[in-house]
Amino acid sequence: MADEVNLSKRRLLTATTAGGVIAAAGVGAPFVLSLMPSERSKAAGAPVEVDVSNVKPGTMTNAEWQGKPVWVVHRTKEMLDLLSKHDDKLVDPNSSVGQQPEYCNNPNRSIKPEYLVVLGVCTHLGCSPTFRPEVGPDDLGKDWPGGWFCPCHGSRFDLAARVYKGVPAPTNLIIPPHKYVGEGRILIGDDSKEPA
Amino acid sequence: MMKLLNGLLGWVDARFPLVSSFKAHASEYYAPKNFNFWYFFGSLALVVLVIQITSGIFLTMNYKPDALFAFASVEYIMRDVHWGWLLRYVHSTGASMFFVVIYLHMFRGLIYGSYRKPRELLWIIGMIIYLALMGEAFMGYLLPWGQMSFWGAQVIVNLFSSVPIIGHDLAILIRGDFVVSDTTLNRFFALHVIAIPLILVLIVAAHLIALHEVGSNNPDGIEIKKHKDANGIPLDGIPFHPYYTVKDGLGVIAFLIIFCAIIFYAPDMGGYFLEDNNFIPANPMKTPEHISPVWYFTPYYAILRAVPPLFGSQFPGVVAMGIATMIFFFLPWLDRGKVKSIRYRGPIYKTFLTLFAISFVGLGWLGLMPSTPTYTVISRILSVVYFAFFLLMPWYTRIDKCKPEPDRVTSK
Repeated sequence: MADEVNLSKRRLLTATTAGGVIAAAGVGAPFVLSLMPSERSKAAGAPVEVDVSNVKPGTMTNAEWQGKPVWVVHRTKEMLDLLSKHDDKLVDPNSSVGQQPEYCNNPNRSIKPEYLVVLGVCTHLGCSPTFRPEVGPDDLGKDWPGGWFCPCHGSRFDLAARVYKGVPAPTNLIIPPHKYVGEGRILIGDDSKEPA
Repeated sequence: MMKLLNGLLGWVDARFPLVSSFKAHASEYYAPKNFNFWYFFGSLALVVLVIQITSGIFLTMNYKPDALFAFASVEYIMRDVHWGWLLRYVHSTGASMFFVVIYLHMFRGLIYGSYRKPRELLWIIGMIIYLALMGEAFMGYLLPWGQMSFWGAQVIVNLFSSVPIIGHDLAILIRGDFVVSDTTLNRFFALHVIAIPLILVLIVAAHLIALHEVGSNNPDGIEIKKHKDANGIPLDGIPFHPYYTVKDGLGVIAFLIIFCAIIFYAPDMGGYFLEDNNFIPANPMKTPEHISPVWYFTPYYAILRAVPPLFGSQFPGVVAMGIATMIFFFLPWLDRGKVKSIRYRGPIYKTFLTLFAISFVGLGWLGLMPSTPTYTVISRILSVVYFAFFLLMPWYTRIDKCKPEPDRVTSK
């Protein structure tokens, strides 16, 4: 008697256990889903407008979009000329990885060559790199053509936000969707065709 | 009066196993008689846990888990709350001292083979405590909402986003937002003050129950249960209470002297216990010039930085860091030595253990430094040493020339 398995009781046990597991998963789901970004967090991603007419050549300005820094750089003629001179030192000089919208997939990674719009978040672990526009400073080496240096783990990017070889960051910085709304005004986070 | 108290004890004991529990875990729990200095750290860890919970409860009474108010509320505690500075420095010093004590406690396990059979599960529970403690410390560090809080959390959460396929969503799930934000602060607060402390207390209890089931190891690494007297009491055992409660009491006094000296004279420990950048409010737009984790995470951080990106992904470094923490779990099965204690081990194990200790401290130091090409090379060498200690262990422990273990415990 003791050795015999009562199969119908065993089946009932299995079925109730399975039902219990499914119910537990169902009860657990709302708890897990509550951890996802709230509707308010999602709404905070609204586009922001930047006036670039005040950004002097060779400098940049900071904008905040979706809680992250976005840089708008006014590149000089000299800066743009230097961009093509160090392709061999870059991981992805032709921007083959989709880190930019299609309309910025060009050597300058921008709509208008002089204005670069880029998300100021290192593709390594999310620090915000430091702007180092000067050519050949002591700490970054004689052949530094200007760009960004990440203080956290030493990643380097050129003035088209393309990553150098031999640094921890795996890919170029992200170019966010953006468009020009009138002369000298850029809307970050929106690249739809209809007028803003 | 005594009669009344005895009556009360009898009343309770008829309804709750009070006297028998005290006997089983204290007055009739027989611990080896040859415990030395290294055996202070288990009880000290328990003392620090109590200090952290107590000071933490009082800090939450004035702290505000809100990105707009968090930094200011910590300053409010420091300046305006009566003795608030003391509560806060007790808690921040306690965090670092917790790791000092735990690392020494773990090292004791390494030198005397305390993780070996029959204490594998005891060791594993201890490792779970260690991981929970790291989570607790990491989440607690976000709460002051200073620059290091913010950027430290940013970097650590982004480690998860390097996991292939699910990484991006996983990082969003952890943050509850697309960036480290008020939502993240709020949930880390919940986890730091409720969830993880609750788990910690439970697994610490499990650690003690497991310890008292198998009995303590000792500096000779031999089982005292092999030799028992007519009553079944180990010949080399002494009751935990009063012998070790008194001994541990001495350890607690010495520890508290050091603890107070830090609180009163060097609460930020030159920027190692409380980093300088954390006295600046969090600014999501600007990363500090040099960021590094708090000292107790730096050995693993150095390993993370030592691994170059492979296949265009940072994931291999994250995996190496993960393995570096998890590999301790396998120690009981990696060690094939005939003896447990360093006293009877041969020269090969002693060499490897020394190299491991050097690599751990060295990596800890390198993790605090900015990364330079030279440091990266040293980090890589030390990372190899670190992993070699574990991965080569099945071979070098087997061929090592051990000395014969004594039959009974020895003490000077």
